[in-house]
Amino acid sequence: MADISANFLGIKSPNPFWLASAPPTDKKYNVLRAFEAGWGGVVWKTLGSQVKNVSSRYSAVDFNGVRIMGFNNIELISDRPLDINLKEIAECVRLFPDRAMIVSLMADNDRNSWHELIKKVEDTGAHGFELNFGCPHGMTERGMGASVGQDPEIAKMVVEWVMEAATLPVITKLTPNVHSVVPTGKAVVEAGTSALSLINTIQSVTGIDLDTLVPNPYVAGKSVFGGYCGPAVKPIALKMLTTISQDGTTSKVPVSGIGGISTWKDAAEFMLLGATTVQVCTAAMKHGFRIVEDMCEGLNNWMDEKGFATIYDFIGKSVPTITHWEDLDINYHHVAKINQDKCIHCGLCYIACEDTSHQSISLTYGKPYNTYAIKEEECVGCNLCKLICPVENCITMEVRRVDDEYLNWKEFQRRGLPLNDH
Amino acid sequence: MSIKNNRLTNEQYDENFSDIHPPFENKEAALVEANRCLFCYDAPCTKSCPTSINVPKFIKQITTENIKGSALTIFNANIFGGGCSRVCPVEKLCEGSCVYNLLHEAPIPIAKLQRYSTEKAIQDKWKLFERKPSNGKRVAVVGAGPAGLSCAHVLSREGIDVTVFEKESKGGGLMTYGIAAYKVTPAFCQDEVDFITSLGGIEIKYDHELGKQFSLQDLQRDFDAVYLGIGVGLANKLSIPGEELQGVEDAIRFIYDIRTRGYGNVPVGDKVIVIGMGMTAIDAATQAKRLGASEVTMVYRRSEAEKNCTQVELDIAKLDGCKMVWLAAPKEVLGEEGKAKALVCDIMKLGAPDYSGKPSPIPTGETITIEADMIIKATGQRPFEDLVGQNQIEHNRGKIIVRDKVSTTIKGVFAGGDCVNGGKEVVDAVQAGKEGAEAIFSYLGLQ
Repeated sequence: MADISANFLGIKSPNPFWLASAPPTDKKYNVLRAFEAGWGGVVWKTLGSQVKNVSSRYSAVDFNGVRIMGFNNIELISDRPLDINLKEIAECVRLFPDRAMIVSLMADNDRNSWHELIKKVEDTGAHGFELNFGCPHGMTERGMGASVGQDPEIAKMVVEWVMEAATLPVITKLTPNVHSVVPTGKAVVEAGTSALSLINTIQSVTGIDLDTLVPNPYVAGKSVFGGYCGPAVKPIALKMLTTISQDGTTSKVPVSGIGGISTWKDAAEFMLLGATTVQVCTAAMKHGFRIVEDMCEGLNNWMDEKGFATIYDFIGKSVPTITHWEDLDINYHHVAKINQDKCIHCGLCYIACEDTSHQSISLTYGKPYNTYAIKEEECVGCNLCKLICPVENCITMEVRRVDDEYLNWKEFQRRGLPLNDH
Repeated sequence: MSIKNNRLTNEQYDENFSDIHPPFENKEAALVEANRCLFCYDAPCTKSCPTSINVPKFIKQITTENIKGSALTIFNANIFGGGCSRVCPVEKLCEGSCVYNLLHEAPIPIAKLQRYSTEKAIQDKWKLFERKPSNGKRVAVVGAGPAGLSCAHVLSREGIDVTVFEKESKGGGLMTYGIAAYKVTPAFCQDEVDFITSLGGIEIKYDHELGKQFSLQDLQRDFDAVYLGIGVGLANKLSIPGEELQGVEDAIRFIYDIRTRGYGNVPVGDKVIVIGMGMTAIDAATQAKRLGASEVTMVYRRSEAEKNCTQVELDIAKLDGCKMVWLAAPKEVLGEEGKAKALVCDIMKLGAPDYSGKPSPIPTGETITIEADMIIKATGQRPFEDLVGQNQIEHNRGKIIVRDKVSTTIKGVFAGGDCVNGGKEVVDAVQAGKEGAEAIFSYLGLQ
């Protein structure tokens, strides 16, 4: 059995699965249920200035009959009184001392407000802070949330204020609503943040009701941009995480990964790209806290199979495999192969290649079943057919190197090698 | 033992004749299945449909909640798409070729999805087609069955004024009169005919029978072209001793009675034998059982492997409690006081393939006698040989001979459906009607 426990800046949790700062972590009742279910830690829903929430608050993007491929919310930070939150945080820490308790903060934009808030929270026995510089709706209009995270200078200033007062580790949560997360990441690391977490939600309009013509979520005939999350955002989050893991400054601090994590596989991918712990929200909101069981078991089994004794054996392992385009090996070539024994003759590979790719699949008419085969000399090895094929391992990619030698684009140009002639 | 009616209560009849393939109960249920569809290219299901319905497209349209578009996709190819979704032997057509079968997974329930879209269209009387302005051409169609009405609909869409002559008092042909009531109700058949004729430009003259109220010459004189979709008649004769005894019935007549007279008014035997193993034989056997017969036995002169019905149909009969006797050919009906009381069959064995391509049944010399008070003949239907012959139409044992699929030997007279093919599926007749209309366009110089 592998050891899946995490030690994040001295904050220990029995597993790397934390619940992100969000509705599931906004009160004792939910958090105790989460701990009972087995979650390694929680980031308590953001505390800060007084807010009032609206109804409705969520909307979603469904895909091909599956609910919530993407999820969107316009809920603000905690709308419960601060003293009740503080009291409940202390109770949760007392009842589950082995779990990580991070408290998300978003104070008014002045030094005193941050200092006061930090002092109050430190008294609860919580283990760390997460600075909410990412919330893309509601708070930004007041100069908070993403409006802090989008400006490296402001973010740096606020982190400096925080570090003056905080004795606990501080995680700064980055907004994805920027062209790159690195500038703010660098600024806050230089300002002394102990760690980073990313991504927060992405500004979005999930869709429009085609009867009322008003976008979702609907609030009395209007809507606003909401924060997008859920499985749809995972690839974006992984990319942003990679840039943090590959930067000389930001890679010096540990990272808690967030963005569409629903399964142990998603978690392993975030960790392979540099996250020490991961935070989950949408998947729990869709299925309840019970999903953590398979997350723990699945990660454990995978680690055993791969021979990883602890999570530190694989954290960041995939970071070096993401390179620059110029460094890719042009001499690598592979072509698709259709296993005729597995083919069910759906023709999806054919029409995709014929209409939108390189006309590399032949069709031999049959009634009712056509036969499809790869024209190897035409195939550019793009993967499209393999991605579309509904049958596992029916289409495989076979390596046909142009040459054994590694050859990148710069060298290719330098040698004046021929370009495509069609 | 006797033949009598009212064997069951009305509640029992209603239960026995309720929809055998109920529709999706709600949108979500339909979407689960519609979303399973892979949206195949040059799809095997479409190729396996005689009317070439673009199945992946209409299913995709269900998933995008474009039900009107979905219904139009179906009706464009098959104006009887509603009825066909209930009566087609899809296990040997679209669903039988669904690629999921090759994964050993359940195929997409294409018929049920087709019913989902078409039922809405028919119930809500969607106006999906717009007729072109009348071009002054007039075409007579004989027979308001699937072939005739399919032809009429395509003709009228292009602006031809169509008059349909129907010998019965209702349209739909065998859909209305010749299919088990648990597959399509008479009320649905009426709605379907109304939906088809709602296009306009199609006048149906009911109770008008060719050779009685009018002649082919009348039509040739009064119309620019004639389409014959006259179907086939009663069951083939057995030509065995005792066939004339009371209690020896015709499957077509029996099914017709069930559909026209009400379940309780149709007499059925206590012990029933059905001769034949096609779709009509199954419909007769299952309905005899559902009308309250205590024993129903189906006899077939070949073995199970050569049956004409599909496995799904055979299973329905088996689940209804019908017994099957394979390799038994009727030899004689035994009677008492003019009433049938038993059927003697030759026990057969299989020999070399005959003209049909199937192994021929050869008598073994042994016989079997099965008691019965009702014997239903369902060994194929007899074409209207006399009627066709009287009108100087070239034919093969009553089946009209056509060139280019639809042209008879008489100029301007076209034919299709059962009267040409001898009796196939509804969907085949619909396609024949479409092809007839295309030939008529070309004959009239409209294309």
